[in-house]
Amino acid sequence: MSKSNTILYLDGVSVSFDGFRAINNLSLVLDKGEMRAIIGPNGAGKTTMMDIVTGKTRPDSGEVYFDGQVDLTKHDEAEIAMMGIGRKFQKPTVFESHTIEDNLMLALKGPRSIFPALFHRRSAAEARRIDDILGIIRLGDKRDELAANLSHGQKQWLEIGMLLAQDPKLLLVDEPVAGMTDAETEETARLLRDIARDHSVIVVEHDMHFVRELGVKVTCLHEGSVLSEGSLDFVSADERVVEVYLGR
Amino acid sequence: MITGRFFAAGADRRIAITIFILLAVAIIVPLLNLAVSPTSAFYVPSYVVALTGKYLCYALLALALDLVWGYCGILSLGHGAFFALGGYAMGMYLMRQIGSRGVYGNPLLPDFMVFLNYGELPWFWYGFDQFWFAAIMVLAVPGLLAFVFGWFAFRSRVTGVYLSIITQAMTYALLLAFFRNDMGFGGNNGLTDFKDILGYNVQADATRSALFAASAVTLALAVFVTWAIVGSKYGKLLMAVRDAESRTRFLGWRAENVKLFAFTVSAVMAGIAGALYVPQVGIINPGEFEPSNSIEVVVWAAVGGRGTIVGPIIGALVVNAGKSWFTGVLPAFWLFALGGLFVAVTLFLPKGIVGMWDSWRGNARALRAASIAEEDGTDPDVAPPPKIVRSAARTPGDWSASGPEPQPAE
Ligand SMILES: Nc1ncnc2c1ncn2[C@@H]1O[C@H](COP(=O)(O)OP(=O)(O)O)[C@@H](O)[C@H]1O
Ligand SMILES: [Mg+2]
Repeated sequence: MSKSNTILYLDGVSVSFDGFRAINNLSLVLDKGEMRAIIGPNGAGKTTMMDIVTGKTRPDSGEVYFDGQVDLTKHDEAEIAMMGIGRKFQKPTVFESHTIEDNLMLALKGPRSIFPALFHRRSAAEARRIDDILGIIRLGDKRDELAANLSHGQKQWLEIGMLLAQDPKLLLVDEPVAGMTDAETEETARLLRDIARDHSVIVVEHDMHFVRELGVKVTCLHEGSVLSEGSLDFVSADERVVEVYLGR
Repeated sequence: MITGRFFAAGADRRIAITIFILLAVAIIVPLLNLAVSPTSAFYVPSYVVALTGKYLCYALLALALDLVWGYCGILSLGHGAFFALGGYAMGMYLMRQIGSRGVYGNPLLPDFMVFLNYGELPWFWYGFDQFWFAAIMVLAVPGLLAFVFGWFAFRSRVTGVYLSIITQAMTYALLLAFFRNDMGFGGNNGLTDFKDILGYNVQADATRSALFAASAVTLALAVFVTWAIVGSKYGKLLMAVRDAESRTRFLGWRAENVKLFAFTVSAVMAGIAGALYVPQVGIINPGEFEPSNSIEVVVWAAVGGRGTIVGPIIGALVVNAGKSWFTGVLPAFWLFALGGLFVAVTLFLPKGIVGMWDSWRGNARALRAASIAEEDGTDPDVAPPPKIVRSAARTPGDWSASGPEPQPAE
């Protein structure tokens, strides 16, 4: 399979934890500009797949390429982030003792070394960008509030906002609507569709209603490899998928 | 949120007041010692000047620890080592100032070297006859050790209790090394019998007052530098690494470099504290590397309130004043008292003196705001209506184990 024109290319990837194969000969290709939804039962390896892509976990075998040419297995988390892969954790992870605004400021694209940070002064362009993002994630009125005071759903949004501030080429979004109300979930689907207009995105989510709203190609993972792939209707009609879910 | 800004302003005001007090003390105490007649009620005796000067050095050490422990969560149990190294660098300068006035009258070799039959001055004692060279070493030796140590520790992602243990091991290894006579640092007697510093008699009242003033001014400067670091974008990053290290990595920050910078700066501050300490107490020996010394520093910071800049300074002053009093009354029980104090603070004052003060003030302010609001007939804290939170897993099967509780990554 050709890697050209792919933003993410995984082939034959396996990883074991103490003999347990969390990812088993996984192959997955994401085209540039594509948004993909990944579903699969708990423990299917969805989060581990993201760990591999973002450099947190090294695969035992297999190829992981970004942008058709960069071998991600040779880089660490910070390098991979700087190449343009952003990640939202399954458990929303924001800097609780900082304000919403400072959370975004730390995520904002820019130099990542110590001395520029020590003498950093916020530029007008940065302030504008932060304002924009605050508007997009609807936390403008809470900009000076500590992130610790946000609701679970708002933290999810702040983390998505931090992803936007980072301005990556590829976004990996792990369970973005857990803990959200129906209205917030729909809002999030709209936001992600918006983001997908000029980014490549992988969204992991259990919520079928949400996945349907995304309206994109779906990959179902099971026991660390791809079980089924196609439109949501195709995948949910797949007997193996039904079996995996009902069998549990 | 306005209260957020108000608190920030309050914290900044506290820093300004602290710096102001330190600078005032740097002028007033020497004046009261030197210019006031010993019979006056305002006279500050020389021993008090020396004692408080020593406490100010401890306060600087506690502040250094606060930068890494309070703001980056690195619980160093080896900061006493950086303090002692700075002290040794200063001690070596003071030794070489003795010249031929030593017991053996050797113009080049310090007494202990003559005693141990050294033929010539060891190479690493060269340059220490110059103050500027010693001053650079005061900064460079602790800084370099911290840099190399931190480079390996943070790169290998050693954290938490393991990091604390290896910092203890570091100071213990140095303790053993400096105890050896063949190391060339005076063995277990250390360096002492100092005569002059920059040409002035170290025992003289004026010199003691000058050293006191230098300690107070240096501490004020360190408060300012720490405050500036902590308030910068880097400082916010430092706290971000403390609270969610892996999050910072996935944003592209190198958490190990963030820690390394703070650790090195902190070690340099500790070294300066040691260098100011030695001429005031008149001796430096391997006992300063004692692991328990480093643990005491942690207690000072915890008592005062870590992560507050001012707290560790207050903690160092209060605990050491208590120690001086206690060791006068019940010398055998000081360590028990210290241990008890640490347990009590951990249990009853988890945020230390300053942290408790803040929450007390915060509560008082909230109460006041509430009573004002009551008079106005408005509810000060309009609680948002409870949200209906959908369960994480709503689709076929019970897939998700993730609760709605936010947790740090990993
Ligand atoms: N660091 C790890 N150590 C041991 N086991 C792990 C580790 N990470 C993931 N696993 C295991 O791998 C499997 C896949 O987990 P995960 O990727 O989190 O699943 P999902 O995100 O699809 O629910 C699980 O059985 C989990 O227990
Ligand atoms: Mg998961």
